[in-house]
Amino acid sequence: MVPLYYYLIFSALLFSVGLAGALTRRNAILVLIGIELMLNAANLNFIAFWRYSPDPEALTGMMFVIFSIAVAAAEAAVGLALIIAIYRHYRTVDLTKVDSLKG
Amino acid sequence: MIGEFFKGLFLMIWKVVTDQPDPKVEFVSVFPATIQPIISVLLSIVPIIMVFASLFALTTLLERKGLGRIQNRLGPNRVGPFGLFQPVADGLKMLTKEDIVPHSADKLIHFLAPIVLLVPTLLAYAVLPFGQNMVPIDMDAGILFFFAVGASTELSIFMAGWSSRNKYSLLGAMRAIAQMISYEIPLIISSVTVIMIAGSLSLVEIVDKQSGYHFGFLPHWNVFTPWGLAGFIIFLIASLAESNRSPFDIPEAESEIIAGHLTEYSGFKYALFFLAEYLGMFAVSGLAVTLFLGGWRAPLPFLEIVPSYIWFLLKLMGLVCLFIWIRGTLPRLRVDQLLNFAWKFMLPMSLINLFVAAIWHFTSVWNFRGAGLGRWLLCAAMIAVPYVWLGRTLIGNKKITHRTYRFAN
Amino acid sequence: MGITFAIIAALTLVSAIAAMSLRNLVHCALSLAVTFAGIAAMYLQLDAQFVGFAQILVYIGAVAILIVFAILLTRSSETPQPVISRSWIMGIVIALAVFGVLTKVILSSSIAQRELPAKPAPTVRQIGDQLMTRYVLPLEAIGLLLTAATIGAVIIAMHDKKGRGDGGQNVNSTPSRAEAHQHADETHNLIT
Repeated sequence: MVPLYYYLIFSALLFSVGLAGALTRRNAILVLIGIELMLNAANLNFIAFWRYSPDPEALTGMMFVIFSIAVAAAEAAVGLALIIAIYRHYRTVDLTKVDSLKG
Repeated sequence: MIGEFFKGLFLMIWKVVTDQPDPKVEFVSVFPATIQPIISVLLSIVPIIMVFASLFALTTLLERKGLGRIQNRLGPNRVGPFGLFQPVADGLKMLTKEDIVPHSADKLIHFLAPIVLLVPTLLAYAVLPFGQNMVPIDMDAGILFFFAVGASTELSIFMAGWSSRNKYSLLGAMRAIAQMISYEIPLIISSVTVIMIAGSLSLVEIVDKQSGYHFGFLPHWNVFTPWGLAGFIIFLIASLAESNRSPFDIPEAESEIIAGHLTEYSGFKYALFFLAEYLGMFAVSGLAVTLFLGGWRAPLPFLEIVPSYIWFLLKLMGLVCLFIWIRGTLPRLRVDQLLNFAWKFMLPMSLINLFVAAIWHFTSVWNFRGAGLGRWLLCAAMIAVPYVWLGRTLIGNKKITHRTYRFAN
Repeated sequence: MGITFAIIAALTLVSAIAAMSLRNLVHCALSLAVTFAGIAAMYLQLDAQFVGFAQILVYIGAVAILIVFAILLTRSSETPQPVISRSWIMGIVIALAVFGVLTKVILSSSIAQRELPAKPAPTVRQIGDQLMTRYVLPLEAIGLLLTAATIGAVIIAMHDKKGRGDGGQNVNSTPSRAEAHQHADETHNLIT
């Protein structure tokens, strides 16, 4: 049987991959992909804690993930719409070139 | 050992023919305990693949023959008696053809696309109850599983279109995705009505809820209720669009974009796409049968002696014949017509239908005289009035006149 | 059980790293879809069927497709993207530090060593009951949020009709279509 910390470390790894991607890549879409990965890693933690909890019948962790998936869908839709709007305005989605607010 | 093997085999076949529960048990117990799970799984998978692959061959022939008759020609009649071996010839042709990959194509994704399409399509069969005791997995969230694996086929169509590096392929793939996403919503909402009434996502339980007969002859199928009939029609239209069948076949409209995402595929990969398309059509019609037409249940009480899976296959073939008929009858839609129809008509109608199903559920406590009829009429009116109103508004003040032919006369 | 976990974890991690490091954006999106599928498989391993299927339906069926559409609309796939920006060392160092801290905390915690308890059987019915009773307010809020997000996304991504100069040919698409309709109607009248 797999103990709980396997899942936790796996999700920490996934989170770090997403974080590294979001910090290093320059394309806005890739940054969004990184954020989605981090969100998924967090969701996995919730499910793992729910499964290993002394009282799984309470379903709390599961409910959190269901709501979190719904929020993530909304976030992806709005985020990609923003990226498309940015592209229309600047003709690029390179985040280092979208810097008109820089002093 | 060998005696037991054949005894188990015959017992299994006998149990399948006479529709008894757990047909596999004796046969599986012949094998050593370590490989028993594998044998059991294989006994579920192999028949599904064999039955539906041969149904695919049969349907291609039926479709070509039927379309031929509709278009006043003979259809294939060269190979074998009445052209019966045409699918074999087609298959041999596909297998021996050269597999051409475009020079600039993304080789890996071009190779993976047909596999990624076929595997989820086959997975969808895992939850369909084919007969009284024949369901590969009775899953608690069966419908959700079906739609989840169905959703992943969209990505493979994109893979096929994008990796070909051909503008027609990409256009076709984008059309297909736009169409599939738009029609997935009415498809799911119309099946949610059934889930609401049955109170379960398990397909086995949904079939169980449709058992019994009104007045001794009218079965309790969902299609015989107002919301069920409307839901069934919405589901059929949406599933035509989901399986990219005519009149919703604009992703592969030959006259506009050659063959859409299939343009750069040939030989065996093309055959896989073709197979996956038909298997998808069977799966979604199987779901329609399960949700609305009572699944494997017999239409009349005295017909229950016929094994349950025969009824399932008959209903399935009935729907497939309807699809072929529609293909031979209706012309192809334009892209804007297609999307307008999905968002302005199908979506509101399926939402209204959902509401009507809720009313149907809550009026089931009525117990005064004539309550059944009153409830039926109320729900039917609640669907018919918006239908007429919506239809009139969408047509607007466009006058429909006789069609005139400019060049034909 | 351990082997299944190892296979799924390796597949998910490799595809996640691929999603964050490949040059071609479409390849990134496709490996992201594999990652999502791997996470769904993890949910199934943890006996959370409903959430696993919802994950596939929402992430592979919707989010991955949205990302693909965004990539094609912004023409990001036509030029290979530079893998790293100037501050890449900082990014990697921060990610490694976060991973180190998380691992240290996880390994020193007492509940992390917990073994798998007896298998719970959360039926879909239970989930539905909970959603309609205890969690009904969050459910309503999610409904509102999704409606707002849909409308917001449509408005943000819609062409503004007044038009800036650079949007050129796309801005006029709606009037030209109306014109085309008018034209079609006129020809229709002429024919009849």
